[in-house]
Amino acid sequence: MPAVDETISEVKGLGEKYKYGFETQILSEKAPKGLDEDTIRFISAKKGEPDWMLDWRLDAYRRWLEMTEPKWAMVNYPEIDFQDAYYYAAPKSPEDAPQSLDEVDPELLKTYEKLGIPLKEQEMLAGVRNVAVDAVFDSVSVVTTFKEKLAEAGVIFCPISEAVHTHPELVKKYLGSVVPVTDNFYATLNSAVFSDGSFVYIPEGVRCPMELSTYFRINEQNTGQFERTLIIAEKGSYVSYLEGCTAPMRDENQLHAAVVELVALDDAEIKYSTVQNWYPGDAEGKGGIYNFVTKRGDCRGPNSKISWTQVETGSAVTWKYPSCILRGDNSVGEFYSIAITNNYQQADTGTKMVHLGKNTKSRIISKGISAGKAQNTYRGLVSIHPKAKAARNYTQCDSLLIGDKCGAHTVPYIESRDPSALVEHEATTSKLSEEQLFYCRQRGIGEEEAVTLLVNGFCKEVLQHLPMEFAVEAQKLVGISLEGSVG
Amino acid sequence: MLQIKDLRVDVDGKEILTGLSLDVKAGEVHAVMGPNGSGKSTLSYVLSGRDGYDVTGGSITYKGDSLVDLDPEDRAAQGIFLAFQYPLEIPGVGSMTFMRTALNAQRKARGENELDAASFMKLIRAKAKELNIDAEMLKRPLNVGFSGGEKKRNEVLQMALLEPTLAILDETDSGLDIDALKLVADGVNALRSPDRAMIVITHYQRLLNYIVPDYVHVLAGGKIVKSGDKSLALELEKSGYDAIVAEAA
Repeated sequence: MPAVDETISEVKGLGEKYKYGFETQILSEKAPKGLDEDTIRFISAKKGEPDWMLDWRLDAYRRWLEMTEPKWAMVNYPEIDFQDAYYYAAPKSPEDAPQSLDEVDPELLKTYEKLGIPLKEQEMLAGVRNVAVDAVFDSVSVVTTFKEKLAEAGVIFCPISEAVHTHPELVKKYLGSVVPVTDNFYATLNSAVFSDGSFVYIPEGVRCPMELSTYFRINEQNTGQFERTLIIAEKGSYVSYLEGCTAPMRDENQLHAAVVELVALDDAEIKYSTVQNWYPGDAEGKGGIYNFVTKRGDCRGPNSKISWTQVETGSAVTWKYPSCILRGDNSVGEFYSIAITNNYQQADTGTKMVHLGKNTKSRIISKGISAGKAQNTYRGLVSIHPKAKAARNYTQCDSLLIGDKCGAHTVPYIESRDPSALVEHEATTSKLSEEQLFYCRQRGIGEEEAVTLLVNGFCKEVLQHLPMEFAVEAQKLVGISLEGSVG
Repeated sequence: MLQIKDLRVDVDGKEILTGLSLDVKAGEVHAVMGPNGSGKSTLSYVLSGRDGYDVTGGSITYKGDSLVDLDPEDRAAQGIFLAFQYPLEIPGVGSMTFMRTALNAQRKARGENELDAASFMKLIRAKAKELNIDAEMLKRPLNVGFSGGEKKRNEVLQMALLEPTLAILDETDSGLDIDALKLVADGVNALRSPDRAMIVITHYQRLLNYIVPDYVHVLAGGKIVKSGDKSLALELEKSGYDAIVAEAA
């Protein structure tokens, strides 16, 4: 059958096809390989951190030494040697950070151009596009734009390493208040060695005038990425934050352990959207990013709302559960997720909705797509505490299988300790049907495009929650991620 | 336009078409009738290029070239359209999106300009109006929750939009009540043209009262056993397949 040969050759070709597989040649300063207290002192000193920050890191490191890696997720990967990685790499001369894009290393700008992020254009179109980019390159944020406009509104949007100096009272108050230092193995590791990330503060009553956007990119060989993001929405404020990542091609497995903390006070709303496209490894399962992420939002005040939307198409291993603590009465948590795994990718992802306050509501829509020999697991917890009177949850988990060598798993945990709670769970598993594909092709739509069309249709309920700019990128990614998955 | 010569087709290793020959010229409407299991659907799938229908002998020539090695999407771009017996539901994909994607894919394959959203909207609204199709239907995901009649009318709309040169209608009458059947047949008749050939596959003569064919063929045991004009369909209706097949054998 010619179709079978075609599949084989397409799958073989996939190794070279990773669209964002390129590397930028930039000199970097690295911490020595391995991890001990000296590494942490090195990182802290590099950033000129105050003592309290160093102490916080060291405390985390000592606790981490006592912890063991979690093994409950449905993912398999070789033992990680934590001493065989670099924990800090900064682009050349971070001390004299560029004042404008003109001062930025041209290689770096080229990288962004390849990624389709027109930074220069965005700056020129400042008033039109209303998208601010705090571009994080490896570990140190080198470009921050649109600061002035944000400052007018009183919004703080800066690298967290800067916030440690400029707003220590806010960092001290909120850092680790949602994801405690000892929360889990990877979060604790991140607390010890976090390199940089974003800090966002929206003052009381302010509606952030633009979508805040950060593009992440792993660039240095063997460099663990330990991003740390902290977003605080004061009473009655609103912010939408976009996080997107792609990564250059490489052979070694790369460890990525980010922590994101969101705090929504009374009547505040945070919308956090992610498109994750780290290098997934080649068609044989070699290489790719290990992505162990802790993301959690705290609806601390009454009537607050936190909404997570994620499109996960990359990484060899994904371990990620963006969660909401619904502490304030009438608070709302949402989780909209698309997870696509192809070839040998493994994803174990989902959410936790912890209902503590009265009349709290949560909504979970998860779409898992598995192709090749990939494994895709939804793991979720809905927990209703005794004081959470009249709490409500709606969960919908749909899985789509492409081919017959992949797997989809759904592991929902429901703990309801209040009889007035209403918890609904729906789950479906379906296969991309040969008939549907043929129907599309008969109308003239090529096979790859047909798969993209069908899968985008399957994901529509989630895609429509993404901001416009992201939705377009995400739809393209769906196609790129599934290239060569049928034949 | 289409010449099928001594065509043999295997499905799952079993020979379903056993030497079928058929000659269709532009502007003609051919009805292919036959009992269950005679190979009617196999004929529609092998012409449109579905996987799993392996040509083991004979030839299919369309506009002078062999069709056999072409992918379904390439055949579609060359003007072959199959109206499905059971149109597929495509959840989450709006009818408009689907049809625009299809039309633009075909135009691109033919080296024509793709239509932008506005021009497409104008075009599809005009086509829908000609066929008396409510534009509201176009806003819904393709075929999802459509009634049997709506699905078949949507197939005719797609045909009107894509303007094929060879349209194959696979049991378009199945599952339709008489009113829906008339509507669909009116749509098909509106698309009859000197440049367009049609192959109408059906069990029953009923459809042919509305879509009047130039030729009628009886398919049995994987080949055409008898051909004639529209009166053959009436004869079939009266005496049944068995008599005709026995007489031909």
